[in-house]
Amino acid sequence: MACAAWRNKIGAYADGELSAEDMLDVGEHLRGCASCTADLLSRVQMKRSIQTAGKRFSPSLALRQRIEKGLPPQKKPARLWNWMATLAATCALLLIVSLTFYRSGASQQGRTFAELADLHVTTLASATPVDVVSTDRHTVKPWFQGKIPFAFNLPELGGTPFTLEGGRMAYLEQAPGAQLIFKIGNHRISVFIFQDRRDRRFAPGDTLSRNVTFNMETWAGDNLRYFVIGDADPGDIHKLSELLKSTAGS
Amino acid sequence: MRGSFEELAMPLFDSLYNFARWLTHDREEAEDLVQETFTKALKGFPSFRQGTNFRAWMFRILRNTFLTSRTGLKSGMTVSLDSEEGESAAAVTAETPESLLLAHSNQKMVQEAIEELPVIFREVILLCDVEEMSYQEISETIAIPIGTVMSRLARARNALRQSLTKKLQGE
Ligand SMILES: [Zn+2]
Repeated sequence: MACAAWRNKIGAYADGELSAEDMLDVGEHLRGCASCTADLLSRVQMKRSIQTAGKRFSPSLALRQRIEKGLPPQKKPARLWNWMATLAATCALLLIVSLTFYRSGASQQGRTFAELADLHVTTLASATPVDVVSTDRHTVKPWFQGKIPFAFNLPELGGTPFTLEGGRMAYLEQAPGAQLIFKIGNHRISVFIFQDRRDRRFAPGDTLSRNVTFNMETWAGDNLRYFVIGDADPGDIHKLSELLKSTAGS
Repeated sequence: MRGSFEELAMPLFDSLYNFARWLTHDREEAEDLVQETFTKALKGFPSFRQGTNFRAWMFRILRNTFLTSRTGLKSGMTVSLDSEEGESAAAVTAETPESLLLAHSNQKMVQEAIEELPVIFREVILLCDVEEMSYQEISETIAIPIGTVMSRLARARNALRQSLTKKLQGE
């Protein structure tokens, strides 16, 4: 199929509107086609620009109160949420989400994920995806020393289906961190590590999207926040997450 | 269990207001529009069908209320689009000029470009990219078939892209 025909689908792909089957096909084509990837990226960029620019007006408090006054009174439910928030904050947060890049909702959390998904796609589309090319964790880890304000451990991958391809610096809201690219089969997975921020809550169970383009898992430990994202299946994302977790504290 | 009207509707308050402002270009009118939407929706809530999309329902009420307002009638929303259904959906290539990537950071320019779009283009773009509605939800909100949603979106984005390119060249 010629690229022109793919472009028809790429619009719907960017909108997260393709069937799972079509999505795989498009994904497959994108991996081998720089011009369609560029087309997708520019669509994504446009969508993001519109999203940011379009959230422009906030209602006044007076209007909110006026409207609430017009609503029938209701009994307030027990303060379950406060309790749950406390519980969530004390437990290690584990979160598995599926998302498309752009449909990720208005929440702060959604924006973070959308940003990471963007980084992931941009990296894969780039001519030089990694700045340090190495399958050896003992080479990759020291490369980050002095570049980012924290240290992290990487798991031994021998005997696992994963290989390390390398790493690069990444920025999330101006904060520097590490991006590591792993490979499993034909899929690439990005692992992002940043310093954890207390003001960022990642609530479990937040469904970010109707469509599965990427799977993502995130958790925090030792003051670091990890994000594992890729188009690999959720089981593999989870496996890699577990590997990272098992070495993180060691 | 069915949520109360307030539980369902209040989370949409900010979005509805934002959308209303984009439609009306006027703060006072937007406030009236949102208020009227809530009043109508509350009244109609007993007949709201479970299992249908509440958000699309609310936005549809807002949009219909806008259409019958004075500004709405003047907005040209009712102007017929020739042979819209016949067009292939997203056949247009994105072809973003390099410089347009800069517009990513130029929020004001994008806002102006959205503002200048005809309202039928403005609304689909806002519903899709800002409200993050699915094609299905958009179709329910503005009462057009999904195929038309797709072709209209493609045309709207094209118009926006052209307008941005022009703006960038004019700088
Ligand atoms: Zn192609």
